Amino acid sequence: MLEIRNLSFSAQGRTILNDINLVIPDGKLICLTGPNGGGKTTLAKMIAGVEKPDEGRILLDGVDIVPMDPTERARAGIGYAFQQPVRFKGITVRDMLNMAAGKDLTEEEIADVLREVGLEAGAYVDRAVGTHLSGGEIKRIEIATVLLRHSKVSVFDEPEAGIDLWSFNNLVRVFENIRDRRDNSLVIISHQERILSIADEIVMIQNGKVGLRGDRHTIFPRLLCKNDNCDPGCPRNANF
Amino acid sequence: MSNIDKDTADLLKTVTGLDMSAFTGAYNIRSNCMSLGRQSTDNVKIDSKTDNPGLDIHIAPGTKGEEVLIPACVTKAGVDDLVYNDFFVGEGADVTIIAGCGIHTETGEPARHSGIHRFFLEKGASVRYVEKHIGTGSNETKKTIDPQTEAYLGPDSYLEMDTVQLGGVSSSVRRTRGTVGDRATLIIKERLLTDGDETATTDFEVEMNGEDSGVNLISRSVARGNSYQAYRSNIIGNAKCTGHSECDAILSENGRVDASPELVANNRDAALIHEAAIGKIAGEQILKLRTLGLTEEEAEKAIIDGFLK
Repeated sequence: MLEIRNLSFSAQGRTILNDINLVIPDGKLICLTGPNGGGKTTLAKMIAGVEKPDEGRILLDGVDIVPMDPTERARAGIGYAFQQPVRFKGITVRDMLNMAAGKDLTEEEIADVLREVGLEAGAYVDRAVGTHLSGGEIKRIEIATVLLRHSKVSVFDEPEAGIDLWSFNNLVRVFENIRDRRDNSLVIISHQERILSIADEIVMIQNGKVGLRGDRHTIFPRLLCKNDNCDPGCPRNANF
Repeated sequence: MSNIDKDTADLLKTVTGLDMSAFTGAYNIRSNCMSLGRQSTDNVKIDSKTDNPGLDIHIAPGTKGEEVLIPACVTKAGVDDLVYNDFFVGEGADVTIIAGCGIHTETGEPARHSGIHRFFLEKGASVRYVEKHIGTGSNETKKTIDPQTEAYLGPDSYLEMDTVQLGGVSSSVRRTRGTVGDRATLIIKERLLTDGDETATTDFEVEMNGEDSGVNLISRSVARGNSYQAYRSNIIGNAKCTGHSECDAILSENGRVDASPELVANNRDAALIHEAAIGKIAGEQILKLRTLGLTEEEAEKAIIDGFLK
């Protein structure tokens, strides 16, 4: 279980996260959503150790991981797919996948994970994870690296960005399968209805705070509210 | 080749990547200014020069798929080896030439190898040239490798040079000159790693004289420690041609790189491009690999290994 307690972070005189409290139970798929600039990506980076909070604790199975660096957190069981994947010169798709898995994968294992993200292994495995890949292709490879780690908690930051509809549907099924196995937790930052609709819980992050939260059956309809006379707490009234 | 000592055998294996005992092609093994063994084939004749130390290598027209092996080793301190090798590649031949040099010394005396190679490619000839340089043994001993290459590409010919120097060479000056004929293509790939107080100078100059000729220079280097690299390239377009050069360098610790790419278009139909990037490893690259569980040191090594691969 991942517990976020009283997490706050400021940068350049601006409060980005303000006393965030959140619990990610084991085996659950949690969707973080909310307006752009609300603090979702910063929260994801805090979990992965890419950024350090000013205050607060992040407990993984009861152990505070805030003092840990990104390597230690990865080894402790945190996976993180960047919103904007990093490009490399010379490092191939095979190299990346092997590093993610911590071993030399077989051709079959590589083909399997690339198929999950909608890529055909033969066309990609020996290509560099560099500028010659499109945004969508490199995004899918980024997701594959996190899938391979089978982390206790995997955080995906807008996995839908740049991915075509066919591959996206495939990816949603992959997330559903992980969710249904109920062994690892998923935290997915998304604005996509298809992803929100498979979440166990939806959490809205807005102005650096946790806003609406609850199971998808309660929250999802409110996010889609078309009622002009809805109550003041409706997400519509928060310019969402 | 039973007269090869262990140091030489180790260097040969590193430089060529081949099991010499199983090699059946044409070869000449040079060690400490001497030939340790030579073999010609029906299509590839290797003869000693009469005016200078070195070889004339004649590859018959139409030769296909043969490998020619011309490595050199220096295993004694104080040796200053100078060799001239000329490759005459006949019309329509398609071969791989594996050269390179290894220096292994343990005492304080400096050692040096200067290989001056000239390539004459006839119409339609195709050559892949692989050259690896390495220095091993005591770090206190100065090891110098100064290769010079001249390439003359006839019509429709193709030369791909893949050169590698991955450490242990105190000083190197690599000078390459190319003259490219009609519809001919020259590709040069250079991978270079310097560390400690090593210095390396690369100097490419290619004249594009032929209609529809092409050149592609790709240099990737890493400068570590207190090492220094100088890169100069000059592509001269004298005809309708395409030229591209790409110089990427990673700086680590106190490494320095000085890059001076030049393009000269003497013809309005010459299309020449240069790309260059010098800098340390991007922090986000390290970070990405750390989120996969690698330490900072492991991440840096993986990035450099990939970059130089």
